[in-house]
Amino acid sequence: MARALSPRRKLISTLAAWTVALIIFFPVLWMILTSFKTEPSAVAMPPQLFTADWTLENYAEVWARSDYPRFFWNSVVISVGSTLLGLVIAIPAAWAMAFVPGKKTKDLLMWMLSTKMMPAVAVMIPLYLLFQRLGLIDTKFGLVIALMLMNLPIIIWMLYTYFKEIPGEILEASRMDGATLWGEIIYVLTPMALPGIASTMLLNIILAWNEAFWTIVLTTTKAAPLSAFIASFSAPQGLFYAKLSAASAMAILPILILGWFSQKQLVRGLTFGAVK
Amino acid sequence: MGKIQLTKVRKSFGEVDVIPGIDLTIEDGEFVVFVGPSGCGKSTLLRLIAGLEDTTSGVIDIDGKDATNLPPAKRGLAMVFQSYALYPHMTVRKNIAFPLKMAGMDQAEQEKRVERAAKVLNLSNYLDRRPGQLSGGQRQRVAIGRAIVREPAAFLFDEPLSNLDAALRVGMRQEISELHQSLKTTMIYVTHDQVEAMTMADKIVVLNAGRIEQVGAPLELYNHPKNLFVAGFIGSPKMNFIEGAEAAKHSAHTIGIRPEHITVGDGPWEGVVGLSEHLGSDSFLKVAVDGIGTLTVRAPGEIHAHHGDRVRLAPAGKVHRFDANGLAI
Repeated sequence: MARALSPRRKLISTLAAWTVALIIFFPVLWMILTSFKTEPSAVAMPPQLFTADWTLENYAEVWARSDYPRFFWNSVVISVGSTLLGLVIAIPAAWAMAFVPGKKTKDLLMWMLSTKMMPAVAVMIPLYLLFQRLGLIDTKFGLVIALMLMNLPIIIWMLYTYFKEIPGEILEASRMDGATLWGEIIYVLTPMALPGIASTMLLNIILAWNEAFWTIVLTTTKAAPLSAFIASFSAPQGLFYAKLSAASAMAILPILILGWFSQKQLVRGLTFGAVK
Repeated sequence: MGKIQLTKVRKSFGEVDVIPGIDLTIEDGEFVVFVGPSGCGKSTLLRLIAGLEDTTSGVIDIDGKDATNLPPAKRGLAMVFQSYALYPHMTVRKNIAFPLKMAGMDQAEQEKRVERAAKVLNLSNYLDRRPGQLSGGQRQRVAIGRAIVREPAAFLFDEPLSNLDAALRVGMRQEISELHQSLKTTMIYVTHDQVEAMTMADKIVVLNAGRIEQVGAPLELYNHPKNLFVAGFIGSPKMNFIEGAEAAKHSAHTIGIRPEHITVGDGPWEGVVGLSEHLGSDSFLKVAVDGIGTLTVRAPGEIHAHHGDRVRLAPAGKVHRFDANGLAI
């Protein structure tokens, strides 16, 4: 039964939720407002939330000074590519862990997750050298591989959780019905886990899109995605906050739109299994 | 054809021997029921035959061919699961056609077989629905439909009726029996419900702790149980067991009398009624008999005996005799 809230408590809860949401959102709001300011008013002291001289000049200049479409396209290829490749590897892996677990499956899952706790900088030099030897520096393919490997533990964990929810008897039924292992995965498991797979895909596209460390370390110009595009505006001439904000706004806008339209699916996917 | 032969089939999970070694022959066209209490290994045995579990040792022959190491799909068997195990994202039509699609059958033949199965099972009007839009009984029919389109050598049923309500269960029981009569295909049916076993089976296999206690026709098990376990398991309410002096009179360690083989009114035993249940067609009494213990009595029609009444009872049917090891004498 749903817990009934008194109007007073409801009001307090709503206010608290809005406060937390605004605190989280404030830096993004500040950045968007700054992107419409002139450089002098962006660095004015004391800081002003609003200004009288709104301008679109920053956007125009950022657009003119750099090849935004190329960065955007690189981001799309890298984030979608690494996620799809990750799914191709993770679906069979999660199937094995969920339906034919061995004695060490739990340990393996924990170990995979533990790699996410390792600071990325610790493996920067070896990975950089490896990529250099293989000729993968500043290639989209190289970044797809790198980001796929970074996010693979999360993809496997999420899929494992969704697959655990699927009754084993249904897969056994498909085996009795003559499905091969791949038939079972393609015709039965994947369609049944589709909501979970979709959430995993969305979340990982967002994670890969926002990844800044490896995308900056492993690229120079050709394969650089939007994270490198933002970084390029904090370059030699010094910090131009208004332009930097405009570049940042342009970089996060696509993923913000994707997130907005898929928020229902994301929330449903992330709470799948927790509430049945 | 659908003759299945098990030779010394053993299954252990780690150190635990779930099935220590079973020999059993199931003839072509037979309706065989595996029955036994929870955890007796009956579902495991069915899964071994299906190929969903690997045998630890022993041989499973299907139609004279060694199928021990064949994958489930290659054994030519179809299975109906307790939870129906339908594919929730497919329509009834696609569910039923799935095994045909996996076998690579052409579309027209698939359609023909699905339509025929749907007609037999009264599902023609539901072919474009999804399992979620069907009642429990209809879902069970879809699961059976998916099994019959393959024209398997044998059907395996794993407690298929336990998720249905009582009224539906009786109806489905009859439908499965009728299906067996029309298809004449071997059926192996697992249940813990001895009423299902008695009403459906040609042959009952009573299992206990992974061992076969007795194999036989339903009435053979009812009339001639080999041991105390079978005597107690087959028949409802269960057989009364009496030890001591009363058993010694029959030169046995234990005697067994079925509740329906005791009459109320006159007789050598006297006791107090503890519990009385009146169903109209039958009356069930629990009577604490002096010097013997509590006996269950099933009397036809209405009996005017209630809690606290003193009644006299007499054995009026077969008295089953067992030795100290629990084996029938």
